[in-house]
Amino acid sequence: MSTNTTGGTSTVSAGGLPSRRNTELALLAFAVVIPVFAYANVGLAKNGSLPAGMVGYGLGLGLLAAVAHLLVRKFAPYADPLILPICTLLNGLGLVLIWRLDQEPRVEPLNAAPGQLMWSAVGVALFLAVLVFLKDHRILQRYTYISMAAAIVLLALPMFFPAVNGAKIWVTIPGVGSLQPGEFAKIIITVFFAGYLMVKRDALALASRRFLGIYLPRGRDLGPILAIWALSLLILVFETDLGTSLLFFGMFVVMLYVATERTSWILFGLLLSAAGAVFVASFNSHVASRVHNWLNPLETVNGNVTETAQVMYAFGSGGLFGSGLGEGYSRFIGGIAVKSDYILATVGEELGLTGMMAILLLYGLLIERGIRTALAARDPFGKLLAVGLSGAFAIQVFVVAGGVTALIPLTGMTMPFLAQGGSSVIANWALFAILLRISDTARRPAPAPAPSPDVEMTQVVRP
Amino acid sequence: MSELTLTVMRLGFLAVLWLFVIVAVQVIRSDLFGTRVTQRTAARPGRPERPAARPPQQPAPAGRGGRGRRGAPTKLVVSEGSLTGTTVALQGQTITLGRAHDSTIVLDDDYASSRHARIYPDRDGQWIVEDLGSTNGTYLDRNRLTTPTPIPPGAPIRIGKTVIELRK
Repeated sequence: MSTNTTGGTSTVSAGGLPSRRNTELALLAFAVVIPVFAYANVGLAKNGSLPAGMVGYGLGLGLLAAVAHLLVRKFAPYADPLILPICTLLNGLGLVLIWRLDQEPRVEPLNAAPGQLMWSAVGVALFLAVLVFLKDHRILQRYTYISMAAAIVLLALPMFFPAVNGAKIWVTIPGVGSLQPGEFAKIIITVFFAGYLMVKRDALALASRRFLGIYLPRGRDLGPILAIWALSLLILVFETDLGTSLLFFGMFVVMLYVATERTSWILFGLLLSAAGAVFVASFNSHVASRVHNWLNPLETVNGNVTETAQVMYAFGSGGLFGSGLGEGYSRFIGGIAVKSDYILATVGEELGLTGMMAILLLYGLLIERGIRTALAARDPFGKLLAVGLSGAFAIQVFVVAGGVTALIPLTGMTMPFLAQGGSSVIANWALFAILLRISDTARRPAPAPAPSPDVEMTQVVRP
Repeated sequence: MSELTLTVMRLGFLAVLWLFVIVAVQVIRSDLFGTRVTQRTAARPGRPERPAARPPQQPAPAGRGGRGRRGAPTKLVVSEGSLTGTTVALQGQTITLGRAHDSTIVLDDDYASSRHARIYPDRDGQWIVEDLGSTNGTYLDRNRLTTPTPIPPGAPIRIGKTVIELRK
């Protein structure tokens, strides 16, 4: 399918690219080798010998990657070649980092790597299930309002469960384990936003008055954005979870902007989120303490510095090239989140600024591929869905990385793929499965146009 | 484990990590240029020039003398019409022009026939334009073509509303 640009001088087409599956295979092999290298590096640094599980671990990761690749080849042959390798690499590196932190006897939770490997396998399985059973992403459009209801239920569910570490984001089923429904709600609510905005975009974009150079939307069009804002504030108040509320509101504003091309929405979004954050921080003690720690990281509490300060020390001791895998002192970071929220601190200390930049670039590349998929997608729903999913991923990365590096107050979110946590890994694999599906549809060569223009008569020049 | 080995591994790991990033960026880069190729310059997207589309009597790609010759044109430029700005590198291949989908340059021009004309190098590397029995004719400068004619450098070839030139 071709789209005419710039008055028909050239025809830029997103379709017709080669399938690039062999590129993906080569990159995947590379992406499996790097974590194995890291694994050997940790073993040599900690114990002076190659770790015993190295072969098994490498084979496990390689097997997951191979199965994923074969099914992608079968079910999404034209999908983007970079998404799967980068996800595999980040997941593999995450496993190595968690295993490396398992070597420290004091870091809770003990022995987390096998569990994480299991969750990764479940995540890849879900990824494949989505690819196999979701033949066309436009099917999701039928479930616009159902997904809204499902997302609200998922978001509201943790309110009825006890708070963990000050934030009510967990659903704990005794004997089975615990789950962060917010991670899944993130995907489901994107489906709703995409379906809703696709229908309402014209009303939101066109019915506005111009005032001081910006477009002011009509009062009644402000309804949905105010509703989402209220919802995200409710999450903030009742679940005291800064990250999730920022994620949902930010994602909505991003999609609104993409759907309507009106800068005024971003302005309103920023104003509303700033107002909401200040309002909640002024009376909620949990959020207020996070903000306080962010503003005064070096303050001592009961003779100890804050975790934020400890993380900053870790980054500082890592320097430009890091201490080397397995040779850092992440065990000195207090608290219970060393393997999840603070995993970037270990990256920063042991791989240094150089490694940190590489990891952040990998996240950036993933997001770029998501946006690229949105650009290439031919249907508006697919475009909005791809933007929403990659936007949600981008905001999550920003919120966590910003929180750990003390750019913004720390929130309880996990670094996708890298951090320890089952829900996060599973949900993000599913997220990228949907993106791969959209990208497969977008990059698939267009079917030959049925009515050939050859049938049209050539017009005869009459002097 | 000696300090040296660990240092080498530490730096090696960073190098490998960055190598991955660079390779990934290269893949993106080739993807970008992949999209550009699918502009209407060369083959239609997803439909590489099929051998069957070429006239069967097409001679083997031009003699070496042609490409190396001084002053030989190296590209074909569309200078007027809806495809203005499109260029095709001349590499000894036959270029077909017309509204048919498998043409090298698919003309989006109501006055062009589906197989309108072709441009090919002869044995000496001289580029020849030949009208393929089109309805409205192919014009070299001001003259309607009746036989395959060598193209002088810079001479405009007019097909309907489209004008093509060979340039160095």
